[in-house]
Amino acid sequence: MSETTQAAVSAGTLPAFRFSGAETLKHIVLIAGSVIVLLPFYVMLSYSFKSPAEIMQNTGGFFGMQELFRDDYCIKLGKDAVDCMVTPVIYNYTTAFEKAPLLRYLFNGVVVTVSIFLIQVLVALPCAYALSKLRFWGREAIFGLVLFCLLIPVHAIALPLYIMLAKVGLTNTYAALIIPWTISVFGIFLMRQFFMTVPDDLIDAARMDGMSEFSIIWNVMLPTAIPALLAFAIFSVVAHWNDYFWPRIVVTGDRSLFTPPLGLREFKGDADGDNFGPMMATATIIVAPLIVAFLIAQRRFIEGITLSGMK
Amino acid sequence: MTAISLSGIEKSFGATSVLNGIDLDITDGEFLTLVGPSGCGKSTLLRILAGLEAPTSGTVAIGGIAVNDMRPARRNLAMVFQSYALYPHLSVAQNMMTPLKLRDLPLAGRLPVLGPLIARTRYRAIIEQVRDTAQILKIDHLLDRKPGQLSGGQRQRAALGRAMVRKPVAFLMDEPLSNLDASLRIHMRSELAELHRALKTTFIYVTHDQAEALTMSDRMAVMMDGQILQLGAPDEIYNDPRELRVAEFVGAPKINLLPGSVDKEGHARCLDLPLSRVTTDAPAGPVRIGLRPEHLSLCDKDVSESFSGQVVHKENLGADIYLHVAIMNASQRLVVRVSPVEGRTVSFGQTVHVSRERGQAMVFGNDGRRLDLSRSLAEDVAEVA
Repeated sequence: MSETTQAAVSAGTLPAFRFSGAETLKHIVLIAGSVIVLLPFYVMLSYSFKSPAEIMQNTGGFFGMQELFRDDYCIKLGKDAVDCMVTPVIYNYTTAFEKAPLLRYLFNGVVVTVSIFLIQVLVALPCAYALSKLRFWGREAIFGLVLFCLLIPVHAIALPLYIMLAKVGLTNTYAALIIPWTISVFGIFLMRQFFMTVPDDLIDAARMDGMSEFSIIWNVMLPTAIPALLAFAIFSVVAHWNDYFWPRIVVTGDRSLFTPPLGLREFKGDADGDNFGPMMATATIIVAPLIVAFLIAQRRFIEGITLSGMK
Repeated sequence: MTAISLSGIEKSFGATSVLNGIDLDITDGEFLTLVGPSGCGKSTLLRILAGLEAPTSGTVAIGGIAVNDMRPARRNLAMVFQSYALYPHLSVAQNMMTPLKLRDLPLAGRLPVLGPLIARTRYRAIIEQVRDTAQILKIDHLLDRKPGQLSGGQRQRAALGRAMVRKPVAFLMDEPLSNLDASLRIHMRSELAELHRALKTTFIYVTHDQAEALTMSDRMAVMMDGQILQLGAPDEIYNDPRELRVAEFVGAPKINLLPGSVDKEGHARCLDLPLSRVTTDAPAGPVRIGLRPEHLSLCDKDVSESFSGQVVHKENLGADIYLHVAIMNASQRLVVRVSPVEGRTVSFGQTVHVSRERGQAMVFGNDGRRLDLSRSLAEDVAEVA
């Protein structure tokens, strides 16, 4: 994106259009990349608008013809065929909400991601502060352990975690969805790297003013670390909003605890075949909050990522 | 009255020792400067005094009470940092209120929205204090701004304000002017000195800039390699350095140091020129003779006791001109201060003659210690030269 804006700016200042082979090549590569990334989203959005027949036959363009079609499920319920004629887009989205309690899932998603993030911050900030600004024996070793933990994939420890939670009797609760993620090694690492750049003088000044160490963390470090915290928030929220693996493991029976990605399972092949239209409508609804949030926080997001990338 | 006293302070980080036995008594209300090259331990000493660092051994006493185990805030000292260290997310007023809030308000009074309601009278008093201080520093129109919106000088004042509001026992300043541009630094120098006179509080000021130390302080302590080499009034340090390193550090341009020796009569000579007379019982042998640029002047070539050499560099500072003269077959360089009138006629590469004009040459022994002049002979020497 920055490429195109840059090109536009330079085109504005140049007296006339000048063909540049290198620039063209760059744009071809970037456009090809963005097409590859965007294509699944295009298909998802398109399918959420179309009727089953159009999806199967791959006709109807992006929006589909929006011709009425017969809802077989409605016929099964014994209603008159005339009452069962539906518009594809309306059918897809209403089914998404009717067949699965999608609002409940979205609510669960919000509860889980927000609690995870808040507790992660609660844990990561003091840890990062200690690792970056306090001198104590074994600090480097502990930081080494933190880095080591970054290397462990969740899937490797999923089973022991599940067994522990099951023994305590926490499976099928919000706690099971939240507790394993409350200590974010990545968060500790990211905040530690940011805190390293905060001048020591600021902390000394706070000590001279009479702040306790905890008060320094919440009243001095937290406000200065807002950009880094935002970057971390996006990583954390995106990861846990989209997580399918862990909720699938610990939420075994109770559907009222399903998170949005689990909701997609509701449309998985039944006897009457996969119901792609409503499934894609659900997918669209699930990713929409993240996309909206990203668009709102776009500038901050990019700032945060470049910041964490540089330091 | 001794306000602050440091005795036997030692500090080492691992195997490297930073401070080796510092003893320092600071009287109430004085402006004391710790000056030295970077890495000499002056900042560490200040941080030990502030309580931000614990000494390896030794005692810090404030008002006669040992405060080694007291937290920084309880010592009632205020510190101004080189980087100002203002809280970037708070306005100037909030920055200045922070130390007072933490000291004067109960826990409930510090709550964000409810605080001002719970401890209303104390809160008002704090705001009043902040406003008064801001008026003294002429930053009352900046109180609502964030530090990011201020210029360097304004930030400096805000940092001073935050230190002043709590009316501390002493101000500790760690190179507070280093981040300012040259002209503002010189302006703030006089302003700080005036502030000191107005507040009558102890100032302990750390700097690597000998000009700041000379212009502002009542007493200055020259530090090097973790030790105080000499402690005294700026005048004394400049005119009567007890050690070669002190003489070299203080004064800009640097003092001229010539190799020489002490002859039987006690004259310190450089080549054949007798420059000074030291006590006769001084050990014979090689010495270093220090002459400040203002103690030298140009003379005619028939003056018997003079150096002659080529001008290799000319520094024009407007009010003064410093001539760099290569003497003794270009093995030594002599910096001579001349007036603009004199200096105008001197051109690059020209041979000039330099004689000792006034003041006494300082003679340093082989170990860097100053060799004292024999007082009775001091007048003779002036005639000799």
